[in-house]
Amino acid sequence: MILNGKCPAGPLAEKWDRRRNEMKLVSPANKRKYKIIVAGTGLAGASAAATLGELGYNVEAFCYQDSPRRGHSIAAQGGINAAKNYPNDGDSIFRLFYDTIKGGDFRGREANIYRLAVLSNNIIDQCVAQGVPFARDYAGYLENRSFGGVQVSRTFYARGQTGQQLLLGAYGALSRQIKEGTVRLHPRTEMLDLVIIDGEAKGITVRDLVTGKIECYAADAVCLCTGGYANVFHLSTNAMGSNVTAAYRAYKKGAFFANPCFTQIHPTCIPVSGEQQSKLTLMSESLRNDGRVWTPKNKRDRRVPNDIPEAERDYFLERKYPAYGNLAPRDIASRAAKDICDEGRGAGSSGYGVYLDFADAIKRLGENKLRERYGNLFDMYEKITGENAYRQPMRIYPAPHYAMGGLWVDYNLQSNVPGLFVLGEANFSDHGANRLGASALMQGLADGYFIIPYTISDYLAQTAFGKVNEGHPEFRKSREDLETLTKKLLSINGRKTVSEFHRELGRIMWDNVGMERNEESLKKAIALIPGLRTEFWGNVKIPGNGIELNQELEKAGRVADFLEFGELMARDALHRNESCGGHFRTEYQMPDGEARRDDENFCYVAAWEFKGVDKGPELHKEPLVFENVELAVRNYK
Amino acid sequence: MNLTLFIWRQKGPDEKGRLEQYEAKNISAEMSFLEMLDVVNEGLIKNGKEPVAFDHDCREGICGMCSQVINGVPHGPKEKTTVCQLHMRNFKDGDSIYIEPFRARAFPVIKDLIVDRSALDRVIQSGGYISVHTGGVPDANAILLPKENAGTAMDASECIGCGACVAACPNGSAMLFTAAKVTHLAMLPQGKIEAARRVCVMTDAMMNEGFGNCSNHYECQAVCPKGIKVQFIAKLNREFMKAVIHRKGGF
Ligand SMILES: Cc1cc2nc3c(=O)[nH]c(=O)nc-3n(C[C@H](O)[C@H](O)[C@H](O)COP(=O)(O)OP(=O)(O)OC[C@H]3O[C@@H](n4cnc5c(N)ncnc54)[C@H](O)[C@@H]3O)c2cc1C
Ligand code: SF4
Ligand code: FES
Repeated sequence: MILNGKCPAGPLAEKWDRRRNEMKLVSPANKRKYKIIVAGTGLAGASAAATLGELGYNVEAFCYQDSPRRGHSIAAQGGINAAKNYPNDGDSIFRLFYDTIKGGDFRGREANIYRLAVLSNNIIDQCVAQGVPFARDYAGYLENRSFGGVQVSRTFYARGQTGQQLLLGAYGALSRQIKEGTVRLHPRTEMLDLVIIDGEAKGITVRDLVTGKIECYAADAVCLCTGGYANVFHLSTNAMGSNVTAAYRAYKKGAFFANPCFTQIHPTCIPVSGEQQSKLTLMSESLRNDGRVWTPKNKRDRRVPNDIPEAERDYFLERKYPAYGNLAPRDIASRAAKDICDEGRGAGSSGYGVYLDFADAIKRLGENKLRERYGNLFDMYEKITGENAYRQPMRIYPAPHYAMGGLWVDYNLQSNVPGLFVLGEANFSDHGANRLGASALMQGLADGYFIIPYTISDYLAQTAFGKVNEGHPEFRKSREDLETLTKKLLSINGRKTVSEFHRELGRIMWDNVGMERNEESLKKAIALIPGLRTEFWGNVKIPGNGIELNQELEKAGRVADFLEFGELMARDALHRNESCGGHFRTEYQMPDGEARRDDENFCYVAAWEFKGVDKGPELHKEPLVFENVELAVRNYK
Repeated sequence: MNLTLFIWRQKGPDEKGRLEQYEAKNISAEMSFLEMLDVVNEGLIKNGKEPVAFDHDCREGICGMCSQVINGVPHGPKEKTTVCQLHMRNFKDGDSIYIEPFRARAFPVIKDLIVDRSALDRVIQSGGYISVHTGGVPDANAILLPKENAGTAMDASECIGCGACVAACPNGSAMLFTAAKVTHLAMLPQGKIEAARRVCVMTDAMMNEGFGNCSNHYECQAVCPKGIKVQFIAKLNREFMKAVIHRKGGF
């Protein structure tokens, strides 16, 4: 099937306005009669729920944490982009659009990305009005800094806690609606199934994580805002609870999963230190504004960094990418670091790390300036490693971080299932094969504050409200299926813990579907995963029961989905015989080691349809049409 | 290193809880406190026992989800550090460690080390925000803000809503938490308009949720993982006095 992204016709700059003018509206008196489910209350979900509530819709919002303020967006450190051009350094909406499309290696949708660049400016205005304390200069104006893959300073930030402050803003707006009664909040509640009736998304089934009760919620439309799936690698920068469950179960009900193999490996994370490690911590990319990345020139040089003289250091990003230097984009910087370590020139006792050095910046700016810019990141680094990065360089290494893939959506953020909308990291739409820094926050908020309020009304205006309720047989079936699944998981009573399975899957994924893949490694993953899955269903051990708070049971459901989803990722990576962005196939590279894209054959979105757990999925394509930019070779040299 | 743990086990809100003893073996100094508990839990599961339930998510000190009292101190012995950022290098081989849930009247225990902190959300819901609609706001640089004020607002808004301040306070007061939000918003021109109303409704909400009053013990500041200062409580009190003097007809 050829999928239609439903982008409006006409010049790029007019597309969104055109669409907004075409779309149908719901009259104010009717809005409260429509019920909308918002699953997930990170940036995308909280902003969507707040805005839809504010408009007068009847919203039910769900999250697995005890409070929306703890959504994973809270962890974003570095900043959020906008094309304000406050620093007068040549930025514009077009430039933000172009950087994003090029950064994504021309695998994103033009019209979406342009709209994102336009809306970026509204987001900053909105957040300032909400009281987000962005950094200011002495005259009281907003300050900017720079992120990888760009040559202007367009990133707005609140110390190293930008995601926290943006989420608290959205959480405030959401709290206001909860008080008003337009939004009903269900914390500690996990979405486990999507309910489709007569081809339309009409509700979800959830588990109350405190009582264990399985319950159904009917609505006129469903918005999935449940974040990304980088935890399929087990060790990642994501929160422990981040999962693919909501998206994957929607996929099993017919929603297409797009570009699952596009995952981002972030270059600046604290290296792994031990076997029992549970997560990897990101050191914001903004550090590369002032930190210089290097490794020893000589192999297996185990001297402490401060003893290695200048002449024996290789500032490899500055050497290989003189135009962008330390601010080369993430996929490129990650691979460069991995190559160096594979050569045996890695830093630290494990050899899997490179240095991020602030000595020059301290000389130039003074320690205080640095403390002001990145103080909390340095503190965090010290807590985890016990090392003081003002005195000796940080050690960093790439780690799984972000999912560019996600459920397929059209320009209206609607999936191929009518009534199912997908927002934020859970959809695939705006970042192509690689996401530039500081643009995920931007996308989450653009989707929630400024896109969904328009596009969902267009759908609802053509839908009668209250078509079904929880008594419908499809809801009963969904509940019974889940109760059976819970019973099955609890009855296995094998010998291995859920975490053991997750670690094993993570190992397979990292080794074979990680930063570099090839036909052989991908086939290996596709051969190994089903075996592990079978073992899981025969040998996992989950204590306790289903009618109480049971964290092992929660984890088991998520890992069970990862065990299927990992295979889908590998299949997607295997069919894409090219390298682009975060998807690097060793067979497809230029003589100098850069990615070799194949626009002739792969300039499309790969959207997969579920056909059964042990059957291969079916591929549908959405051709990517570039009317306004030329598909160029990505060059950061 | 090898450690002896005394962990609070409680099946549910209405059940009686008690401390139980566990051994943690071969723990490396690099592990975080929660990773140490993961190891203990995997051992328990393998032995057919129920693992210890505890709250956590980001494991990098920012979501505010983790909440344990370690050796009598919320978030444990290290200053300005959440449990998830506490590393085992802060302990010694052979140590005994007592692990309990946050305790406060407003935070009922759900299970083991997990408590219900939704009272803090309800304090925010009462008015801890700026009532701006989405869209139709002025350009961001149209509202100027002195760098110092932005800095103070940021210092205050770094609160992660963990509730350690409440758990450490002999009165179970949520003053530090509430003061942080009131100060954050009162520092901004766009937050000033609702300032009087905000401080009154948030103070009322705090009382209604069963949080106690502040009587200057400063325990809150001592345990706060984000270094929120008691000066903000003074700011809260000033804002409250101002509001009460001008309060007409109640909010
Ligand atoms: C450490 C780190 C630093 C980052 N720094 C930056 C940065 O500086 N700039 C930038 O632009 N981006 C950054 N990112 C990326 C960015 O933070 C995320 O992509 C973005 O916040 C995702 O937002 P979201 O709303 O889509 O999802 P999330 O914030 O992940 O929210 C997901 C929500 O869904 C809920 N949920 C999930 N599954 C279920 C379920 N089954 N049932 C019910 N609820 C569920 C959760 O409770 C949560 O509320 C960073 C990411 C990380 C990990
Ligand atoms: S003031 Fe400090 S201790 Fe209290 S909730 Fe906020 S961060 Fe936690
Ligand atoms: S787990 Fe998020 S602050 Fe500790």
